[in-house]
Amino acid sequence: MAALWTLSLLLSACLFWPACLALNPPAELPQPHNLPPSLGANSSDGGLSVDLPMPLRVFSVDYNHVQAPFEIVLWIMLASLAKLGFHWSGRVPAVVPESCLLIMVGLLVGGVIYGVRHSAPPTLSADAFFLFLLPPIVLDAGYFLPGKLFFENLGTILWYAVLGTLWNVLGIGLSLYGVCLLAPSSLGDISLLHCLLFGSLIAAVDPVAVLSVFQEMHVNDQLHILVFGESLLNDAVTVVLYKLFESFLRLPSVSGLDVLLGGCRVLVVGLGGLFVGLFFGLVAALTSRFTSRAQVIAPLFVFLYSYLSYLTSEMLHLSGIMAIVTCAVTMKQYVEANVSERSKTSIQYFLKMWSSVSETLIFVFLGVSTIQDVHMWSWPFVCSTLLLCLIWRATGVLLLTAVVNKLRRNTVTFRDQFIIAYGGLRGAICFSLVFLIDDFPKKRLFITTTIVVILFTVFVQGMTIKPLVELLDVKRKKRALPTVSEEIHSRLIDHLLAGIEDVVGYWGQHYWKDKFEQFNKKYLRRFLIREDHQAPSSILRVYQELERRDQRGDEEAPPLVDPRSHSRPLLPEEMDSIRRILSRNLQNFNNKTPAYSRHTLHQDATMDRTRKPLHRHQSLGERYTFNTQGEDGEFSGSRRGRAGLSRSHTVCSMSPRPVLQDSSVLAAPSQSRGLVDPKSSAVRKEQISSQHQAPDGRAPKKQLSFVLESEKQQ
Amino acid sequence: MGSKSSSLNKIPNAQELMQETGFSAAHILRLYERFEFLDVDQMGELRPEDFGAIRELSMNPIGDRIISAFFSPGKETVDFASFVRILAHFRSTETNRTRDGAQPEPANSRTRKLKFAFQLYDQDRDGKISREELLQVLRTMMEMQVTEEQLQSIAERAIQEADLDQDDAISFDEFRKSMEKVDIDHKMSIRFLS
Repeated sequence: MAALWTLSLLLSACLFWPACLALNPPAELPQPHNLPPSLGANSSDGGLSVDLPMPLRVFSVDYNHVQAPFEIVLWIMLASLAKLGFHWSGRVPAVVPESCLLIMVGLLVGGVIYGVRHSAPPTLSADAFFLFLLPPIVLDAGYFLPGKLFFENLGTILWYAVLGTLWNVLGIGLSLYGVCLLAPSSLGDISLLHCLLFGSLIAAVDPVAVLSVFQEMHVNDQLHILVFGESLLNDAVTVVLYKLFESFLRLPSVSGLDVLLGGCRVLVVGLGGLFVGLFFGLVAALTSRFTSRAQVIAPLFVFLYSYLSYLTSEMLHLSGIMAIVTCAVTMKQYVEANVSERSKTSIQYFLKMWSSVSETLIFVFLGVSTIQDVHMWSWPFVCSTLLLCLIWRATGVLLLTAVVNKLRRNTVTFRDQFIIAYGGLRGAICFSLVFLIDDFPKKRLFITTTIVVILFTVFVQGMTIKPLVELLDVKRKKRALPTVSEEIHSRLIDHLLAGIEDVVGYWGQHYWKDKFEQFNKKYLRRFLIREDHQAPSSILRVYQELERRDQRGDEEAPPLVDPRSHSRPLLPEEMDSIRRILSRNLQNFNNKTPAYSRHTLHQDATMDRTRKPLHRHQSLGERYTFNTQGEDGEFSGSRRGRAGLSRSHTVCSMSPRPVLQDSSVLAAPSQSRGLVDPKSSAVRKEQISSQHQAPDGRAPKKQLSFVLESEKQQ
Repeated sequence: MGSKSSSLNKIPNAQELMQETGFSAAHILRLYERFEFLDVDQMGELRPEDFGAIRELSMNPIGDRIISAFFSPGKETVDFASFVRILAHFRSTETNRTRDGAQPEPANSRTRKLKFAFQLYDQDRDGKISREELLQVLRTMMEMQVTEEQLQSIAERAIQEADLDQDDAISFDEFRKSMEKVDIDHKMSIRFLS
C-alpha cells in the first residue's frame, strides 16, 4: 500500500546515504593524477572525466565535492517524503498528530544510522535551529496571524505569557531544587541557579508544537489565539530568564541589583524586539511601494526584511521571535496593497512551504537527536520534572484565568482552561536551549530530561488531548444542553452588548483602535502605499474578487447541514442539525476570522478576504451603514439614501483594499430572491458569502448580487 | 479630583441622573464626553446618523435595532438624559444599593434587562414576538447561507420550546421563563460601567 511504498522509500533513502559515506574514502583517490594537462586546467578535481583512453576513469564518484548540500537536500527530501507518506496512510493521521509521526521517523532514521555507523547521528545544532529552522515558522505564523482577534485578546495573552511563564519558571525551578535537596546522593551537585536555568528553558510553551497539534483539533478561534499568542510572546520572557540565569551562573555572586536589572531586561528584550520588527516592517512596506516595475522579485523583499529583522534582534540579544512577528504583522497590509496579485500569492505559498519544511525538519531532527551517547538517566529527576511541569502549568492557568475572567466578557471556560493547560507542549526551542548551556557535570542529565519532557508532551499530550476534550464536551453536553431559544437569545444579547460597547466607546479597546486607524489613514497609508493603489474603484475590486473566485472554483464549499424535510414534529437528528447550524452561524459573532490553519492556504486567503468586511474591524476607511427600511417612519426623512434593493442571500465580497473615507455609492441589481417579507421592516446590510452555496441548489452557482450602502450625502 | 464637580455642572440634571440611574459621577462624566464626541454638530442631541457613524455598530447584525432602541417611539433625537437612561440598563447589578419597595425598579434589574432584549425582537411593540419577528432577527444573525426551510424549522423549534399558551408567539413572560437558566447579569453588563 501507500504506507509500504513510503516506508521503502525512506529506508532506501537512509541507506543510500550512509552507503555514500562509506564510499567516500576510496572514491577520491584516482582522479587528480590521471587528467592529462591537455584537457585543460579548469576541469575540477572531482569531475566526471571524459571518455579518453586507458588511464582515465570513465566513471567516478566524488562525494566530497557535493557533500554538504547533498546531505541537506537528502534530509529535506526524507522529511518531505515522510510527510507525504502520512497523508496517504489512511486513518493514522486522524489519531496520531503529524508531529509524533515525524519524530518517530526521526527515531527510526537515527536508529538506522546508529546501527550502520556505530556512532551518534548528527544532532540538531542550536545555531542551525535558531538561525535557519525557526524563523520561517514564526514568520508564517506572524503573517497569517488573525490580527484583530489577536489584539482584542492581547491583554489576556500577555497576562498568560508573562505572568504564566514567570509562575512556571519559578515554580518548576524551585521545586526541582527541592527535589535535588531531597536526593543529595545523585543530584546533590545541582545548584539552585542550575535548577532555575533548567526551569526557564523547560517551562516555555513552544509555538511549533502547539500549532502542529492544534490545527488538527478544531478549537474555537479565541482559544487558538490565546494558546498560540502565549507561545509566541513568552519567548521574550523565556529568552531573558534563560540568559539571565546563565549570566548569573557565570558571575561569582548574585546581588539584588542584578535581579532588578534582570527584570528591566525583560522589558528591554520584549520592547526592543517589537521596535526592531516595526522598523523593518515599515521599511519593507516602503520598499514594496516601488516594486511595480520589477514585480518578480517583490516577494523576496518580504522574506529578506523579515529575516533581517530576526537576525538584527538576535544580534542585539533581543527577542527575535517578537521582531519577526511584529515585522510580518506590520508590513502585511501595506505590502498586500502594493504588490500584484501573483506576488501576493507567491508570498503566501512560499511562506507556507518554507514553514512546513522547517517544521517537518525540526521534528525529524528531534527524533534523530534522541539517539545519542550522551544520555544520563535519573529516575527522580526526570519523573519529578514531568510531574512538576504539568502541575505548575495547571495551577498557573487556573489561577490566572480566575483573575482574568473578571475582566473579560467572553469568559474562558473550564474546557478552555483545560485545553490551555494541557496543550502547553514543549518542543524544539527547549531542546536547543539545553544544548547551549555551559558544560557542567549534570548537563547530560538535563539533556535527557529535556528530551523526555518533549517526547512526553508531544506524544502523550498531543495524542490524548483530542479524546480528552471530546470527553469533556460530552460531559458538558450531558449536563445542560442549551435549548434553541436560549442559543438564539444568547447570541442576540451578545450582539447587543457588542453594539452597546461600541456606542459607549469602551475605552481600552476602541479608543486606541480608532486613534490608530486615523493615524494609519492619514500618514502611513499615504506614505507606504503606491499612489494608484490607494483607492481603487469598488467595482473593480468586486470584479477582481469575482474573477478570483471563478478561477479557484468552489473547492471550499463544505455542504451545510443536509436539508431536512419541512415537517412539524422535530426529530432528535433535526434538533442536532439545528444546533449545528446555530453554533456554526452564530458562533463567531465577534471574531469572524476562520480558525487559523497551518496547512491550508486557500481557506485562509479566501475566507479572510471574504469575511473581512463583516468584522468589527478597522477596515481602513470603509464604512458600512444600514438602517431599517423607512416604513415605520421612525427616523427622520433625511436619512441615508440607499440603493433600494432587497437583500438576497449572497453578496459579493469586498477585497480588503483600502477605500477613502467617502466611498462611492455602489449598487448593482441584485437577484432578489424575495426572501424578505416586504411587509415587515427589512434589515439590510452587506452579507458576505463565503464559497458556501445553498445545498438545495436553489441558489445558482455564482451569485453576483451585492449591495453597498451609500453614506448619507451631506 | 476637584475638577470633576465643576465639570459636572455643565451637564444638565447631573445629580438627578446619578440618583436615578445609579451611575457614579465619573461615569456620568465619561458618558457625557462620549455623547459630545458622537454629537458631531453639537446640537446637544443625537440623531440616527450619529449612531450610524460608529463603524462597528453599523456592521453589527442587529445594529439598527440597537440604534432604534435609543429613540423613544415618535422621537427623532436623543438627548443626554435619555442616552444615560438607556445605558443604565447595562450596569452590573452588583453595585445596586438596597432599595425600599417604594422606589421604582432600577434600570439594570434582570427584568428590565430582559425587557430591553425583548424589545429588540418586538419592533411593533405589541408585547409578543411573532414568528415573523423571530425570523427577521434570525435572518440577520445568520451570516452564512441557510435555506429558508432551515430558518423556518429553527424558528418553529424556538417557538415550540417557549410558547406555553399556544398562541404561536412568545410573550415577555414566556421569554423570561425561557431565559431563566442564563446569567443575564453577566451577559448584559458592561464591565467598566459597573
